[in-house]
Amino acid sequence: MEAKEAERVKVDEDRRWRLVNRTMRLHGHQPDALIETLHAVQESFGFLDLDSLKYVADSLHLPLSLVYGVATFYHFFTLKPPGEHTCVICLGTACYIAGSTNMLKAVEKEVGIKPGETTSDGKLSLLTARCMGSCGLAPAVVFDGAIHGKMSSTAVLQNIRRLLNHDD
Amino acid sequence: MTIEELQEIGKIEKEKQDGFKHRIHVCVAAGCLSCQSGQVKEALEKEVSRRGQESWTSVKGVGCLGLCTAGPMVAIEPDGILYQGVSVSDASDILEALGGPAVSRLDCSAHMPFFTKQKKIVLENCGKIDPESIEDYIAEGGYEGLYNALRIMTPTGVIEQISKGGLRGRGGAGFPTGLKWTAVSKTKSNIKFVVCNADEGDPGAFMDRSVLESDPHRVLEGMAIAGFAVGANYGFIYVRAEYPLAVKRVRTAIARAERLGVLGRNIFNTTFNFDITVRLGAGAFVCGEETALIASIEGRRGSPRPRPPFPSELGLWGYPTLINNVETFANVPPIIRKGGDWFAATGTDKSKGTKVFALAGRVNNTGLIEAPMGTKLREIVFDIGGGILEGRKFKAVQTGGPSGGCIPEQFLDMSMDYESLAKVGSIMGSGGLIVMDETSCMVDVAKFFIEFCMSESCGKCVPCRVGTVQIYNVLKRITEGKGKPTDIGLLEELCDLVKNTSLCGLGQTAPNPVLSTLNYFMDEYRAHIDDKVCPAGTCHFNHTEESQ
Amino acid sequence: MRYPSFLQRTADRADVQPVRVLTFSINGVTVSAREDETILTVARQNGISIPTLCHLDGLSERGACRLCIVEIKGSPKLSPACVTLPRQDMEIITHSDRVMDYRRKILELLFTERNHVCSVCVSNGHCDLQALTVELGMTHVHYDYLHPQQMVDASHERFSVDHNRCVLCQRCVRVCDEIEGAHTWDVMGRGHLAKVITDLNEPWGESTTCTGCGKCVQVCPTGALSEKGKSVAEMTKKRLFLPYLKLMRGEEER
Repeated sequence: MEAKEAERVKVDEDRRWRLVNRTMRLHGHQPDALIETLHAVQESFGFLDLDSLKYVADSLHLPLSLVYGVATFYHFFTLKPPGEHTCVICLGTACYIAGSTNMLKAVEKEVGIKPGETTSDGKLSLLTARCMGSCGLAPAVVFDGAIHGKMSSTAVLQNIRRLLNHDD
Repeated sequence: MTIEELQEIGKIEKEKQDGFKHRIHVCVAAGCLSCQSGQVKEALEKEVSRRGQESWTSVKGVGCLGLCTAGPMVAIEPDGILYQGVSVSDASDILEALGGPAVSRLDCSAHMPFFTKQKKIVLENCGKIDPESIEDYIAEGGYEGLYNALRIMTPTGVIEQISKGGLRGRGGAGFPTGLKWTAVSKTKSNIKFVVCNADEGDPGAFMDRSVLESDPHRVLEGMAIAGFAVGANYGFIYVRAEYPLAVKRVRTAIARAERLGVLGRNIFNTTFNFDITVRLGAGAFVCGEETALIASIEGRRGSPRPRPPFPSELGLWGYPTLINNVETFANVPPIIRKGGDWFAATGTDKSKGTKVFALAGRVNNTGLIEAPMGTKLREIVFDIGGGILEGRKFKAVQTGGPSGGCIPEQFLDMSMDYESLAKVGSIMGSGGLIVMDETSCMVDVAKFFIEFCMSESCGKCVPCRVGTVQIYNVLKRITEGKGKPTDIGLLEELCDLVKNTSLCGLGQTAPNPVLSTLNYFMDEYRAHIDDKVCPAGTCHFNHTEESQ
Repeated sequence: MRYPSFLQRTADRADVQPVRVLTFSINGVTVSAREDETILTVARQNGISIPTLCHLDGLSERGACRLCIVEIKGSPKLSPACVTLPRQDMEIITHSDRVMDYRRKILELLFTERNHVCSVCVSNGHCDLQALTVELGMTHVHYDYLHPQQMVDASHERFSVDHNRCVLCQRCVRVCDEIEGAHTWDVMGRGHLAKVITDLNEPWGESTTCTGCGKCVQVCPTGALSEKGKSVAEMTKKRLFLPYLKLMRGEEER
């Protein structure tokens, strides 16, 4: 019990937990706050680790397996830490018709990882999306949260090289 | 608040705007923002102040102007000039040309069929008003419908107008909205909910996103009117987390509306209270299904449950719940303001009003369009859409996303309404229209959609969970040139099984893209299987790493 | 914003009415039943056996396995008997060629999904899935097997779980939540990648919530959950406790 209390204090001290705790409080710690809370955790930490899932389950009085089941049901949530940069290639219908699979293949070849993976140096995560609603600009790619429309394989590779060489 | 106060707000805003000799509207919806329209707006503002003409020139961010492919879009009012592909360096030229002829290199004729063939009800304010300004919305007659409903009409009267207007659900199936509202209003309960389904998971559709980003108050007003009509005091908007801008604008809109008193307690000095909360989706297509959406709002896995009981009896937390799509709610305020008869005057016999389509794929003009129900498919593709890219040959239009079908050339002159689309084996769906030309392989398209359904299946019922994998595997081997002659029969059998025995709409409609391509493009399947040739040249058969 | 707590669920419902008795027909035989009894219940009361898999007396209904689908005259849609309530004068057909054909195909799909090799299974001869093949006359599988790579978790002291045999009926999830009240089990992922898990997808033996009651093992229809020390065909399951537990629970609440 004491250990639990200590953990709670530690948690309170961390600024990033404030958003999470605030979200739960806003919803009165009701079970239906779960998805909103997981969004808050992911926004604060970039991903959902087992400790935060445990903390959320404990705070909302939900079974651990239920929390894990919800976290893995929704593809927006990720349980793995993302890379420093992210590249999301849209595989929605319009982008698919416009040849986004070729871009994906080019990127896979360039960085040597498959969608959902992060390069071994933790620099880049490659992801795919099911339509971001930018079909008018197909094919679309999101680099670090910014949508780029009408992309091509060459343009994507250029952007990726720029991202990877930017910091050092 | 009284109607006079509301009209006063609108009048002041109108006068303020009319005070400017030139009004520059910059599209700040997601499509144009990703082409740096934010910076264009800033540059224009800077240029205006540099020239010291703030008193007679205004720069305003507005919602989607429609032609997303030509972004960033800038409109000059009241001259009606439209610029496309504007960049930061064009700011001074645009200001120079104010009052005179348009800058010719940027000019985008507002008289092209893309604009003139459309009829706007849902999108009437898109590209006109600042989505973050409630005053702007009120100046265009906003919240008058809510006032009329609350102060002049009765709940039954509201539903009567909706029924008279013949409005049908814009989320896909086209269920009459009036009937749905009646069902919820008749269920006795002192707590009811109104839910707006903005979980636009259909790949290739972005109507709901654009409406929420361009005119969020319209949806809030529609929900409040619905709440009054069915006797609900709580509303939820379930928005995809993938639409951060839409989420932000809706949250802003709710806050502004509450501050002004058009949402919250005692709206327009009546006893009616209505609160709206935003809930974020988290990337699950199946949550567009009513019962899965309810589960998701309750914080659970988005698995559908068998219906009946329908949400109108047993919805959120066991209470009667009305669930409508964004576009459906967006149609409500004008119907209440102008009457059901006015709305029913547009459209066909059974499908009234207009439909917003997200036009994308291999057409020249991609973007957001709105056309009356019953518009010919040919007009949409060739007049509004401006024909096929690079002058290629039209092959098919995919409507309804993963639940819809592919419509071949022979039906180009069909009327776009619920019944006609169902007749050719597709559905209206939420309004995604993907145009395909001869470079698109229809077997590959079918594979694409079934792969989508396979990974979006919630895994609850067996036919959908396993059947979609089986269909995908068969299509995969056909596109790899390993198809067997018996595969066509196998596909038909599996599709029939999944369609007839799945639990929810996702599974029941998942085989549609396969069935419709089998129906209209059998020769392509045959070419893949018998001759090991892909007529469109998309599939590669030489055992490389093709087809993910 | 204030909205009602979900715990108040049924308290505010104003439309609770006394239960009515309806008359309708199953396979041409006229039957009568309370309006809140499912078609499945009524059919069984009248000696008509409808195949089921996810259904288990004493647990909540899911309507997920689709094996109990029946035809209702006048409706093009097939309805799952376990969750469909009858209406006055409804005409139900439980064993038409059409539904029997669909049931067999659904069962085949289940067999292709994971690894169901009876000859090496602890539950051989005592398996609900196996019994269904006999009942439905399924002699072979004409779809391709998917052969997924699945794990076996034998970390628990007394039980083990073999995901190769799991049909995702969620009986274990429901019994653990509804009867035992531990909610150790749930499902992770979705679609064909779904899998039953204990706690945060941790080994069963390390679960902090599992009470070791073994109810999940007893309700499991296949050899997915079994007691340790049982060899091929030795795992028989005892399920009689369920209706009694349910009954006692009900009386307590009253």
